Amino acid sequence: MAHASDHYYVPHGSYWPIIASVGLTIGVVGAASAFNGSSTGYAVLAVGLAIIFYMMFGWFGTVIRESLKGEYNEQVDRSFRQGMMWFIFSEVMFFAAFFGALFYARMLSVPWLLGEDSGAATHEFLWSSFNEAWPTNGPAGVGGEFQTVGAWGIPALNTLLLLSSGVTITLSHWALKANDRAKTVLWLVATVLLGAVFLGFQAYEYIHAYHELNLTLESGIYGSTFFMLTGFHGFHVTLGTIMLIVITIRAAKGHFTPDNHFAFEGVAWYWHFVDVVWLGLFIFVYVL
Amino acid sequence: MRWITTTNHKDIGSLYLLLALLMFFIGGAMAMVIRAELFQPGMQLVDPQFFNSMTTVHALVMIFGAVMPAFTGLANWLIPMMIGAPDMALPRLNNFSFWILPFAFTLLISTFFMDGGAPAGGWTLYPPLVLQTGAAFPFVIFAIHLMGISSIMGSINVVVTILNMRAPGMTLMKMPLFAWTWLITAYLLIATMPVLAGAVTMLLTDKFAGTSFFSAAGGGDPVMFQHIFWFFGHPEVYILILPAFGIVSAIVPTFARKPLFGYSSMVYATASIAFLSFIVWAHHMFTVGMPVVGELFFMYATMMIAVPTGVKVFNWVSTMWKGSMTFETPMLFAIGFIFMFTIGGFSGLMLAIAPADFQYHDTYFVVAHFHYVLVTGAVYSIMAATYYWLPKWTGNMYDERLGKLHFWISTISVNVLFFPQHFLGLAGMPRRIPDYSVQFADWNMISSIGGFVFGLSQLMFAYVVFKTIRGGEKASDQVWEGAQGLEWTLPSPAPYHSFTDAPVVK
Repeated sequence: MAHASDHYYVPHGSYWPIIASVGLTIGVVGAASAFNGSSTGYAVLAVGLAIIFYMMFGWFGTVIRESLKGEYNEQVDRSFRQGMMWFIFSEVMFFAAFFGALFYARMLSVPWLLGEDSGAATHEFLWSSFNEAWPTNGPAGVGGEFQTVGAWGIPALNTLLLLSSGVTITLSHWALKANDRAKTVLWLVATVLLGAVFLGFQAYEYIHAYHELNLTLESGIYGSTFFMLTGFHGFHVTLGTIMLIVITIRAAKGHFTPDNHFAFEGVAWYWHFVDVVWLGLFIFVYVL
Repeated sequence: MRWITTTNHKDIGSLYLLLALLMFFIGGAMAMVIRAELFQPGMQLVDPQFFNSMTTVHALVMIFGAVMPAFTGLANWLIPMMIGAPDMALPRLNNFSFWILPFAFTLLISTFFMDGGAPAGGWTLYPPLVLQTGAAFPFVIFAIHLMGISSIMGSINVVVTILNMRAPGMTLMKMPLFAWTWLITAYLLIATMPVLAGAVTMLLTDKFAGTSFFSAAGGGDPVMFQHIFWFFGHPEVYILILPAFGIVSAIVPTFARKPLFGYSSMVYATASIAFLSFIVWAHHMFTVGMPVVGELFFMYATMMIAVPTGVKVFNWVSTMWKGSMTFETPMLFAIGFIFMFTIGGFSGLMLAIAPADFQYHDTYFVVAHFHYVLVTGAVYSIMAATYYWLPKWTGNMYDERLGKLHFWISTISVNVLFFPQHFLGLAGMPRRIPDYSVQFADWNMISSIGGFVFGLSQLMFAYVVFKTIRGGEKASDQVWEGAQGLEWTLPSPAPYHSFTDAPVVK
């Protein structure tokens, strides 16, 4: 961080955004074709994803080089921070849609199917034999009999893991602020490991649910909300872990200084966000 | 290559505006097909499936392809100039936000050539109907995802630009209202586009992955989709109109030669509208079978929106009161906006009354209502903005005579087009149906004639714009005698980089 420029850094012509758009488009065309049963769809999707990965390496690489050259002044740093906060807010709202679906089903639509309030006639004439409240796979028993995952086994352990990872990343941040590179990296590695173990447990739990509990994505509204919520969360943990690995490498290379480490903080915020979503999941999907 | 790799806010603004113009004509062509089919009762030109594709894709193209990109283009061009910034805060992200869109709309429009045709279940994508879409289905869903990604990134850029890039002295309460309304619009977009993404993702998994979100057999509920969709959809309608409020609040004071009446009340009214927009969504679904408590809550909450909106209309009128008014084209469009948007607002108030809505629901009355707020509201404000700032962008004055002609032909024809649809709706003509009972024949024919004239007169708009870009009488830096704001301190045409050194605002 040699010199912080007086002028706001405005980059000139960049190919990365158009590469990103092309990659995204190829990716979604592949995915859509695959949904429609085309056998080449997956190959096209893979090409799209490969372009997106290439773009990410290139785009983030460019930003890192510019940052190391000291092109970014305090104001640019603030733009990145605010941008990251609003991005996380948009992610919160994405999860809100799925939590909304869960609450709507549990508090309104399932009780209506059971004959509460305005659902009395529907229940009487259409689903009079339906009597199972949450957890349920609906009056038609979509997906067949299933059992749920208990809250106090792996999910409780996972809660402990993620909460601990919130502590380790904070310890790492303190170490970074004290300019102690070894400790920074050490605690980051611990955070990555906690994230990875979480993902391992989650994968084990999915296999268990599919093979022994007959709890699948197709198990009615319970299976739908369970797997979509935990699945999108797991996907975000995966992204967060990859981001943590990247900043671990960057920390080891000495990219961060005690007063200039936006990338570290951005990833840390993201990691805390993933953590908080998990707490919501643990309470509303597993415990209650 | 310049246009593909550009990170300049003016280049990107121009790209957005040109895309919006193109989409306006594509969506407009679809509207012409709709009006041609409805010219007479009976089946005339197209089969019903294609007719329904026309209404569905017309809506998606106009909302996501014309109005939203036009506002984003205006935000790109104007916000850095208005707040004294060198550029947008995140220029590469800005380029990405734009360049997703041409791909997204190529995907959307390509669905016309797929097995089973383009989506025909309405732009609101209600299940279970929308799940019957053919091969187009996943492509439409992903096109919407791409548009959403573009909107979210564009909005993050706007919010960060406004909060972090203002010149010294440009406090929030000194900002032009266009910046304020866009700040709040961008917040609404970041809050609601992800919810739409979630909703359409659930549609996708219901169709292809066996989930039961919207299937009662599995314990879900098709009505749940409507709730989630309109939680996005209602803030979306304010996303389509708040920037328009900002534009009108810039133009009216200029041509009334008076400062805007009640600046701070305008800001608070905008924020109130944004807040209320999150708690009124179910007024789009009064007839779906909600508990009475729900009907009442959403009815009263909806009516409350009339208060801050009334504040705005009152302030614009008060700004004109005893002003030294002149009526150049931007002012004509702004006054047209105030008058006709208010008509749309009043019919909205009628629709907000739950028991009355049982009569109007899904009729042409609703179609008339939202076209008054979107065409003579949002689109008129975009045209007003184009005439108002075009001299600043290009350095050339537009042809005032043609501009005024465009305004008058448009305004007469658009009322011939949409006003009779109120009568049709009150008489019971349902929307989204290609044929109708003979008692509706007269007003439909009149409406169609208005539609064709309005459609053709927009070619004039494109002509005036391109003529101004190519040349014309040179514009001064100030352009308009009464114009206030930092953008008028820059030369015309505005230099490639606006404020490399921040101006000081007193």
